[in-house]
Amino acid sequence: MKRYQSNPVVAKKDGRLADNIVYFARTLRKAGMRVGPAAVKDAIEAVLAAGIGTRDDFYWTLHAVLVNRREDHATFDEAFRLFWKSRELVEKMLQMFSPMAPDMRQKEKPRAAESRVGDALFEGQKKNQPPREVPELDVDARFTYSGNEVLRSKDFAQMTAAELAEARQAIAQLRLPADEVVTRRFRPDQHGRRADPRAMMRAALRTGGDLIVPQFRSPRIKHPPLVVLADISGSMSEYTRIFLHFLHALTEQRRHVHTFVFSTRLTNLTRQMRHRDPDEALAECAEAVADWSGGTRIGETLHEFNRRWSRRVLGQGAVVLLITDGLERDDIVTLEAEMERLHKSCRRLIWLNPLLRFEGFEAKARGVRAMLPHVDEFRAVHSLDALAGLCQALSGGRQGEYDPQRMLAQFRSAA
Amino acid sequence: MAVMKPKPLPASIEQTVELLAGADYIADRSLATVLFLSLKMGRPLFLEGEAGVGKTEIAKVLASSLGRKLIRLQCYEGLDVASAVYEWNYAAQMIEIRMEEASGETDRRQMEKNVFSEKYLIRRPILEALEGKKGAAPVLLIDELDRTDEAFEAFLLEILSDFQVTVPELGTIHAEEAPIVIITTNRTREIHDALKRRCLYHWVDYPDAARELEIVHRKVPQANQRLSAEIVSFVQKLRQIDLFKAPGVAETIDWAGALNELDKVALDPETVSDTIGVLLKYQDDIARISQGEGARLLNEVKAELSAAE
Repeated sequence: MKRYQSNPVVAKKDGRLADNIVYFARTLRKAGMRVGPAAVKDAIEAVLAAGIGTRDDFYWTLHAVLVNRREDHATFDEAFRLFWKSRELVEKMLQMFSPMAPDMRQKEKPRAAESRVGDALFEGQKKNQPPREVPELDVDARFTYSGNEVLRSKDFAQMTAAELAEARQAIAQLRLPADEVVTRRFRPDQHGRRADPRAMMRAALRTGGDLIVPQFRSPRIKHPPLVVLADISGSMSEYTRIFLHFLHALTEQRRHVHTFVFSTRLTNLTRQMRHRDPDEALAECAEAVADWSGGTRIGETLHEFNRRWSRRVLGQGAVVLLITDGLERDDIVTLEAEMERLHKSCRRLIWLNPLLRFEGFEAKARGVRAMLPHVDEFRAVHSLDALAGLCQALSGGRQGEYDPQRMLAQFRSAA
Repeated sequence: MAVMKPKPLPASIEQTVELLAGADYIADRSLATVLFLSLKMGRPLFLEGEAGVGKTEIAKVLASSLGRKLIRLQCYEGLDVASAVYEWNYAAQMIEIRMEEASGETDRRQMEKNVFSEKYLIRRPILEALEGKKGAAPVLLIDELDRTDEAFEAFLLEILSDFQVTVPELGTIHAEEAPIVIITTNRTREIHDALKRRCLYHWVDYPDAARELEIVHRKVPQANQRLSAEIVSFVQKLRQIDLFKAPGVAETIDWAGALNELDKVALDPETVSDTIGVLLKYQDDIARISQGEGARLLNEVKAELSAAE
């Protein structure tokens, strides 16, 4: 087959190197990097172009072609170290195959991505181990909040067909506030207000230039990106399932939804949410998050979001939807400063609060008072038993009805 | 800008390092490797990194040291084909139609050909970049790609893989020699994998102390040895603490320039707090450094430098 011999130089002179690059790429793929066949071909070409000089040059040559996200750098680094250093590899393999042998070498600090790459290289070794039991936990922690970090796993009941249909319907009726931005692109529109010279030219030529009829266009309108920050701490545990379903349905319908959840730490669930099947998506979310129903550190986690993510996801006029009860345990000063920063970095900040219906809520609400001045809209969910209630709380409403200033004034008069 | 004679591309990684150093750009080996590969394989170079680490500078240095024309496309939200690739000169076209009518031209095809001829085509950066002659292809800098939307990104796919542009009225315009393409992004959003796959990717990181010191020496030769060492060491320490926006190399160079203008020979706490606005651009960060933490860092810097002597 001729077309498989695209690089006869490699095949003749240094066949094993090309083979090794193929194996190396396969290892990277197993370790979770996206390396396609085209990239492998490029890698071989790049090595030919750069020539084989020092180990460092070889490293960066492969890096240039095979890595295209910064997150993958650690994986690549670890895989390169393991793969292209045969002695260490042999040692490691020996160690893997004889579990009884005591480890005499000094224990190194685990490198990033080490376990993932190790898994990819020694696939099959771990298959014999019994699957980890995931305990089912059901703790009702309404009205309690703490700053302690409790790491828990969680199992969600699967979604029934009726629930799914209902969810889709509710999302279809959802009208988010501030959900349209005018772009600088145009679409043809006979009732538009701007002249469209290009369309005019084309139309004029159709009639041979006898008639130059004005054509019009108007700006295109699109949905801005939506960034959701959802609280999954103990006090919110009752509602978690509902709003995760809500977020999944939302991600399915719109192009730009970034999902983050937090209780004592921040987790980005955007990729997990992209699974088409809601049960699979939720199962993946359950696996990705370590602190289900943990304590509440809103200020800390917002700080983390502001520093690491805000500049990456809040571009293009993003709307932020913050779902939390505002029961902050930690320092209010941090919370206030971080809320202010968040408010200033997005186009509109909407706070959705599910706890408001309970009596005696205000007394505990130090965090709420700190957060209120920095949101554009404050919406309460009176019933979070169903998705419809959530959509209803987000849709529509009269102008000024959700002004956080009104809420603040109520607090003041009560105090 | 003076027209320079185009030079051939570097033939090895060493030559690439030398080429950049000749234009006062101190690149580390990894960047030189990627750049060399991109030139050799004719692939666009995709540079990602924090603001102020010298991504845009690469393109400028490359253009000047290779004697090529630099064509810059600054991206912004709503950037469209009309301002990135080409536009027709409508006013002139209308006159053309009227003239044809007056002269009694009736053949529609001929008329179309006259109206949509290259004479009335206004070339924007991308189309301009496709018109390089053999051995003198320009450098096309697509700056801050993350500022545009996905629609434009998708449009770039055709250009970056085949180096051609299709103008419906004229046909396909193909580059005689592919331009040297450098794409930069600040990562305010993720760029689609399809586009990244066509490029060689490199994350431009902050330089280490030794390299940063050399950069300061090259860019601000007037600043004395001691001051430059203190500046670099201070900035390196700033990058390690948890700031909202860490200072980039551009800020280091600015700061060295500023302190030099103030005739300083060494750093002192007062000067640092007076000029910190050159380094840090967020009020929270400035407040934090002015309140004690800056003085602590400065003491550390002084102690380390005198220990090294």
